[in-house]
Amino acid sequence: MSSWLPESVSTYGGDIDAIFYLIYYVTGAWFVLTLGVTILFLIRYRRREGRRATYVHGNTLAQSAWILVPGLIVLLMDFWIDFRSAEVWAKVMGRMPSSDLRVQVTAKQFNWEMVYPGPDGQFGTADDLQLENELHVPAGKVVRVTLKSKDVIHSFFLPHVRLKQDAVPGREIEAWFEATKPGRYEIPCAELCGFGHSGMKGWLTVHPPDEYQKWVKQRWPSS
Amino acid sequence: MSARVEVEEHMGFWRGYVFSTDHKTIAKQYLAIGLFWAIVGGLLAYLMRWQLAYPDTEVPGWGFIGADFYTMLVTMHGTIMVFFVAMPILLGAFGNFLIPLMVGARDMAFPRLNMLSVWTFALSSLVLLISFFVPGGAAAAGWTGYPPLSAKPIYTGVDWGLNLWILALALEFASFLMGGVNFLTTTVNLRAPGLSMLRLPLLVWMQITAAVLFMLSVGPLIAGAVMLLMDRVVGTSFYLPEGGGDPLLWQHLFWFFGHPEVYVILLPGLGIMLEILPVFSRKPIFGYRPIIYSTIAAGILSFVVWAHHQFISGLDPRLAMPFSITTIFISVPFALMVFAMIATLWRGSISFPTPMLFALGTLAVFLVGGLTGVFNGSAPVDIYIHDTYFVVAHFHYTLFSVTFFAAFAGIYFWFPKMFGRMMNETLGKLHFWLTFLFFNAVFVAMFLLGLGGMMRRIANPMQYDFLQPLQPMNVFATIASILLLLGQIPFVINFFWSLVAGEVAERNPWQANTLEWSAPSPPPHGNFEIVPVVYRGPYEYSHPSVPEDWLPQDRPAVPTAGV
Amino acid sequence: MAEAHVMAVGVETRSVTGIPTGKLGVWWFLASEIVLFGGLIGVYIMSRLGGAGWSEMAAHLSVPIGTLNTFVLLTSSLTMVLAFAAAEKGNPKGVRTWLLLTVLLGLAFLIIKGFEWSSEIGAGFTPTAGAFWSFYYTMTGLHALHVLGGVVVNFILFLAALLGLLRGSEHRVELAGLYWHFVDIVWIFLFPLLYLSW
Repeated sequence: MSSWLPESVSTYGGDIDAIFYLIYYVTGAWFVLTLGVTILFLIRYRRREGRRATYVHGNTLAQSAWILVPGLIVLLMDFWIDFRSAEVWAKVMGRMPSSDLRVQVTAKQFNWEMVYPGPDGQFGTADDLQLENELHVPAGKVVRVTLKSKDVIHSFFLPHVRLKQDAVPGREIEAWFEATKPGRYEIPCAELCGFGHSGMKGWLTVHPPDEYQKWVKQRWPSS
Repeated sequence: MSARVEVEEHMGFWRGYVFSTDHKTIAKQYLAIGLFWAIVGGLLAYLMRWQLAYPDTEVPGWGFIGADFYTMLVTMHGTIMVFFVAMPILLGAFGNFLIPLMVGARDMAFPRLNMLSVWTFALSSLVLLISFFVPGGAAAAGWTGYPPLSAKPIYTGVDWGLNLWILALALEFASFLMGGVNFLTTTVNLRAPGLSMLRLPLLVWMQITAAVLFMLSVGPLIAGAVMLLMDRVVGTSFYLPEGGGDPLLWQHLFWFFGHPEVYVILLPGLGIMLEILPVFSRKPIFGYRPIIYSTIAAGILSFVVWAHHQFISGLDPRLAMPFSITTIFISVPFALMVFAMIATLWRGSISFPTPMLFALGTLAVFLVGGLTGVFNGSAPVDIYIHDTYFVVAHFHYTLFSVTFFAAFAGIYFWFPKMFGRMMNETLGKLHFWLTFLFFNAVFVAMFLLGLGGMMRRIANPMQYDFLQPLQPMNVFATIASILLLLGQIPFVINFFWSLVAGEVAERNPWQANTLEWSAPSPPPHGNFEIVPVVYRGPYEYSHPSVPEDWLPQDRPAVPTAGV
Repeated sequence: MAEAHVMAVGVETRSVTGIPTGKLGVWWFLASEIVLFGGLIGVYIMSRLGGAGWSEMAAHLSVPIGTLNTFVLLTSSLTMVLAFAAAEKGNPKGVRTWLLLTVLLGLAFLIIKGFEWSSEIGAGFTPTAGAFWSFYYTMTGLHALHVLGGVVVNFILFLAALLGLLRGSEHRVELAGLYWHFVDIVWIFLFPLLYLSW
């Protein structure tokens, strides 16, 4: 399974993957058990000369216990999964950690506009910088992203970060991540947004911290 | 006593076959239209799969597919399969054919309303068909039609195509609302003497629960669709933020209906399985009452899970947990039904004709579909898999299981009753194994593609660096899907050949208990020579008090221990 | 075969619950209509409660005309009840008279509504003039379509009564009445929500 998931390069990616694996093992066990018992019954109780089926309704409590008890176990395991999920959900979506690094990402048909506040840290000032499809962040720092859209619903998807958040016109939606490994990672759009949806993508560049400083100096030479 | 002779003598071609009020004929009309759209939907899938495996090459038999055409394909494939294949076949065909027969009635409560419903459906089909040929092409905003993309023609480039899409859906909804009135009224009021609600075949319970779910959930979406049409045509801003509207409003209205809708499709398919499994296990269905309670519980719960489709839509994150909890709960009644079906097999005397193979296939496929639902229901995991092929694989496992496997099971099982002839067993078994093998090949591949992060509704995966290593999986899925489509050929041949040259069927070829098997094959107008009287429940197989391993509901006088 | 003739003529008359089948059918239909209007009205209420601030726009509606229309529709429900009472008593002239009145009152409602809309549109309050107006026209428009449907059904029943075809099927007046009362009740909700709320 792990070979199919893209490499996780964020602080919460591992947590999300852990829930995935939990569910994988639980549902996998149910699958093997249920299908196994079914196939066993199909073979064992094949029609045979001289053997009649056993007449049983399953409506009494004693009999229906055979399905109610497994049903209860399903419920309890689902609750466990839900509880573990709630913890990770709260970590990712529940609280927005504070950060100095903020970027506005505005989606439109069919690319991403990234606006950096510049060294003064304020949006709407002269040192703001707009780049098309290029998101630059340092590794090891929390980055807060404000998502907007100029037209239709898009979805900001960072597969390697395990982040996905719809960008809805008329709203400003906050998301955050902290990347752990330098590299270049794609930012596809993950909500059908028109004929150019396929191929709408940006690039996330995670810099090692010193290289990030170099990038900042390049972009804002006077700082 | 052939129904065909009846029709020609008494009614003529038009009243007998085209403008018929006989529920059996109406059922066949729904089946015919549904099977037509299944072929169209399958061809659309072929075009999509070729483009995904070999992007920007000429599709054999068609030509080049651009991104705009692909987006339309994806939209119409989904719309067609849900509303024009699953609904007409599972509810329109099986519901209409079986409910009056299984309750011992001569026809539905309102035969003329029934005829109006199938003609409304035919009209909606015509509108949808026309939408392919208008300038700008057919709808291309996904089967979910999210605004603002769907609310302003300039965002999709599609104008009349989307308006006609909305209109076709509105007519389809009206058709099934009319049908629902008939299903419910007939079941409640026209049951034969002795047929209490708790002696009804489970298929009837499933059909009426589906009808109730549909009738109580579709209203808000009709309202929402009127609003969408007004945004598009009149220029209002119900969903457009620049005019004070909210795109998320549509999502709520759509999924408030959309989630019960998948159970509207699922329950009749389960109903077919619940009829077939006892017949070929020669045992009562295990847990008749728990199954009914589970069905009602699932139906009620289906109204409070809808936002699990919207975890990362911009919804307040605090809403995710309540909806996750209700989603957890709803898995339990379906788990119970699966366990009950397996318990039916225990200590049975099991044979494997084609209907049974397809019923068992439905069980296996639905099991995978249900289990993979757990991944989607976990909000943090959904962050990653939302809008990827993982979701596509999940809903194909759940929906395809009932729309195709269960429907095929039902067709092979009730073909003798509908048409008076048996289908060919060899071709049937071949059809099953080809379908089962290639279906799993296609959609297991899609689970893996989804894990890799492949997004939905993209026309060319090769445009993304991180997806290029996954491309062999796309090619594999495409080849398997072509083989899956080809695997339907034995069914097409079998169906048409058996209609004219199949072995003539007796009244009750499967030795089953429910009332439809007491009528001739096929039943004439009015169904029964004498209205049956019911003495017992529908699943008295292998009862100790009789030498045969079956005991029809309407056979008098034998004392029973069952329901 | 005898059964074929039974089927060609009429519907099943069996009724396991004792409730007439036609009535059951109409109630199921009304349930789905309740969810339709309930959904639309619910969305309107939530939008308004969410601080939409539509009071200035709503102030342009004419409360007197709305009140008149409410009175018209309520009276038509009364005449509908009287038509059914006449049907039960076996008074065909009464049936015709009251059904005709119901039809005319329904038409009056539609005409008044049409006059209202045209004067509002003339004043510049089109469906796109603001979110409140979008809702107003959609809700009253959908309701008006349902009123029209009811008028058509009632008119057909009136014609049937005129031609003496209603004998033996008087219960149809009750069924049409159920629908007509429903349409009236929807208006009872729309009127305060659109015209009277602040």
